[in-house]
Amino acid sequence: MTENLVSIRGLTVEFRVPRGILRAVDEVDLDICKGEILGLVGESGCGKSVLAHAIIKQVDPNGYIKGGKVLFEGKDVFSMSEEDLRRFRWKDVAIIFQGAQNALNPVMRVFDHMIDTVLAHEKSSKEEILKRSFDLIKMVRLDADRVLKLYPHELSGGMKQRVISAMSLLLSPKFLILDEPTSSLDVLTQKYFLRLMRDIHEKTGITMLFITHDLGCVAEVADRIAVMYLANIIEIGDVKEIFYDPKHPYTAALIKSIPSAIGKMGEIKPIPGPIPDPVFPPSGCRFHPRCQYASDKCRKERPSIINIGGGRLVACHLYTQG
Amino acid sequence: MGSVLIDVKDVSKFFSIGGRLFGKKRSVCAVDNVSFCINEGETVALVGESGCGKSTLGRLALGVLQPTSGKILFRGKDIWRLNRSEFKEFRRNAQIIHQDPYDTLNPMRTIYQSLSPPLMHYKIARNRRECWEKASELLKMVGLVPPEDFLQRYPARLSGGQMQRIAIARAISVNPSFIVADEAVSMLDASLRIEILDLLLDLKRKFNMACLFITHDFGVARYFARDGRILVMYLGSIIEEGPTEDVILDPIHPYTKILLDCVPVPNPEVARSRGLPHLKSLEVPSITNMPPGCKFYTRCPYGEDICSQKVPTLKPSGKDRLVACHMFS
Ligand SMILES: Nc1ncnc2c1ncn2[C@@H]1O[C@H](COP(=O)(O)OP(=O)(O)OP(=O)(O)O)[C@@H](O)[C@H]1O
Ligand SMILES: Nc1ncnc2c1ncn2[C@@H]1O[C@H](COP(=O)(O)OP(=O)(O)OP(=O)(O)O)[C@@H](O)[C@H]1O
Ligand code: SF4
Ligand SMILES: [Mg+2]
Ligand SMILES: [Mg+2]
Repeated sequence: MTENLVSIRGLTVEFRVPRGILRAVDEVDLDICKGEILGLVGESGCGKSVLAHAIIKQVDPNGYIKGGKVLFEGKDVFSMSEEDLRRFRWKDVAIIFQGAQNALNPVMRVFDHMIDTVLAHEKSSKEEILKRSFDLIKMVRLDADRVLKLYPHELSGGMKQRVISAMSLLLSPKFLILDEPTSSLDVLTQKYFLRLMRDIHEKTGITMLFITHDLGCVAEVADRIAVMYLANIIEIGDVKEIFYDPKHPYTAALIKSIPSAIGKMGEIKPIPGPIPDPVFPPSGCRFHPRCQYASDKCRKERPSIINIGGGRLVACHLYTQG
Repeated sequence: MGSVLIDVKDVSKFFSIGGRLFGKKRSVCAVDNVSFCINEGETVALVGESGCGKSTLGRLALGVLQPTSGKILFRGKDIWRLNRSEFKEFRRNAQIIHQDPYDTLNPMRTIYQSLSPPLMHYKIARNRRECWEKASELLKMVGLVPPEDFLQRYPARLSGGQMQRIAIARAISVNPSFIVADEAVSMLDASLRIEILDLLLDLKRKFNMACLFITHDFGVARYFARDGRILVMYLGSIIEEGPTEDVILDPIHPYTKILLDCVPVPNPEVARSRGLPHLKSLEVPSITNMPPGCKFYTRCPYGEDICSQKVPTLKPSGKDRLVACHMFS
C-alpha cells in the first residue's frame, strides 16, 4: 500500500456571487500518494485552482470552506493553529501560482528573492542561502553565477518559470503544487520544463500536484490523473489507463476532442451540449445534459466516486463498486 | 484547386519601437520578406510560436496594415493601388475572426446591433425588416437557435462558444471570399473547439471561402487544414510550406522537426518515448537583434558555417513542398 501524503474528504468550497452561491468545489474526495506526481485536469473554471488553494486553507475573501477536511500526513489542516498553519504553508507545501512569473518583484534581483523567501520563514545566513540557491538554480539548468544577479526583466519567460521553481524548493517542501506552470511558455521551453520537473521529482522524491487544462502536459509528467468537471472529481486513475481506457463518459469524450499533432489523428469528436452554469448546475450527475448514456437515475441522483477495482475511481452510474 | 485569390509577394513589415525614453528609435522586423498565395476556397494554416509574426501577416493580408515593402494582390490587383470603391469591395471580401470575441462585439450593443451595421453598409439588406431576417438567418447558420433568443441579448450574457459563433456569423454576413481566423478557438475549451472548427469548415465549404487559419497549435492546424496547406513561421519568416499532412508526418526543416518533437501529445507512451531535442540554445534571439543568415542558426543542431552567413530562401523540396534551409532542401 502506498501512503497518502494528502487526503481530502468531502471538501466543499463556495463563493458568494451576485447571482447567488457558486459552489466551486463540490464534496471532493481525493488522495495524493507520497512521492507521486498527480495531474489534475479539467476545463477552464471547473475548480482546479480553488481546490488546490483549499488544501492549504486559502480561499478568496468572498468564499468559504463549507465542509469537509484535508489531512496532511494525518494532521487535520483546517483545525491547525495559526502558527502551525503558517509553518505548514511554507515548510511543508510550496505553490507555484497560476501566472507566478509575473509576480516577481521587478526591482529585486533573483538572489534577493531567494534571501527574502528563506528569511521570511526561518533563520539562516547569507552564505547558507547562497549555497542553497546556487545548487537549486543549477538543478533547474540555469547558469547560477549569472542568473542570481539578474533582475526579472532580464529573464525570458522560460527562465522565470525555472527560477520560480527553484525558489519554491528553497525550503525543501514535501509537497509542490504547480498551477498551470507551462501555459505561458512556448512549445520548446515547455517540453524542457516538463522534463525538468520529472528530473527534480526523481532526484528529490517530492510529491507534486500538477494542475493543467492541457492533457498533453499531464500525459508527459503525471503518474496518476484526476479529472475534474464542474466542481466534481469524476475520475481518478493511472495515467495510461486514463488515456487508453477512460471509464467516465466525460473523460472519454474529452480525450476524443483533442486532435493530435503527431502520429495517427484518430477519430475526433466534439462534446455535444451546452457548458453548464456553475451557479445553477444540473441536477444529479453534473454531466448528464451532455452525456449520451444518461438515464433517469443520472438526472436525479448525484453519483459518488467509487472504487471500481485496480485503483480506478469513477463517479458515474454506469459503474458499480468492484 | 481554384485560381489564386490572395498573392502575398515579398512582403515585409517593420514596426518602430522605443523613441525618446529608450534612446535611439529602433525598428523591428515583424514580417521579413514573406511570399505565399492562397487559392479561391483553399484552407491554409499558419503556425508558429508566440511573437513570430502570424497576426501581423494576417493583418497585412487583410489590408488592415500596410506593408513596409512588397505587395499583396487580391485577384491579381495590388490592394494598396485600388480606387475607393474597389478597396471597399476588397474589405468586404476579406473578413477576420479574432481570438477574443470581446474585441469584435461591443458589450454595449445587442447582438442584433452588432450584426446589422455591416449588412446595411454593404447593402446586403435594404431595410430594417430584411436586416432582421438576414441576421436571424445568420444565427441559424451558426447554430444559435431560436435566433430571436439571441438577437436582443448583450454579449456578456453569452458563453465563449456562443460568442465565437456570433463572431463567425458577423464575418460571413457580408459574403466574403477570404477569412482570416486568428487563434479563433484558442480561448475555447477543448470540448468546444472541435464544434467551432467543424462549423467553420462547413461554412467555408458551403460558400467556397478561402481561409488563412492562424494558430500556435499544430493539432488544431492539422485538423482544420487537413485538406489544405500549412505554413510554418519562425521569427518573421516562413521556413516551411506544404500539404498539411505531408508536413506534419514528414517535416523537413529542423525547426519544424523540433517543434513537432516537442508539442504536447495526449498520449503518455508517445509523449515519454520522445527524447529532448538537441538544441544548441534554448534562448530565442531578440527580435531587435536578429542574427545574420538563418534565424534558426543560433539554436539549430545541424547548422554549418554557411547558415550563419547566408539567409536561406524557400526552395522546392519534394512534391508541393518548400523549405528554407541550407542543409535540408
Ligand atoms: N473569488 C471568487 N469569487 C467568485 N467566484 C470564483 C472566485 N474564485 C473562483 N471562482 C469561480 O469558481 C470556479 C472555479 O474557479 P477556478 O479558478 O478554480 O477554475 P480553474 O479550474 O482553475 O480554471 P482555469 O483553468 O481557468 O484556471 C469558477 O467558476 C470561478 O469563476
Ligand atoms: N504595432 C506594433 N508595434 C510594435 N511591435 C509590434 C506591433 N505589432 C506587433 N509587433 C511585434 O511584432 C512581432 C510579431 O507580433 P505578432 O503579433 O504578429 O505575433 P504572433 O505570431 O501573432 O504572436 P501570438 O501568437 O503571441 O499572437 C512581435 O515581436 C511583436 O512584439
Ligand atoms: S452518471 Fe450518467 S450522465 Fe453522468 S456520466 Fe455517467 S452515464 Fe453519463
Ligand atoms: Mg486555475
Ligand atoms: Mg497573434
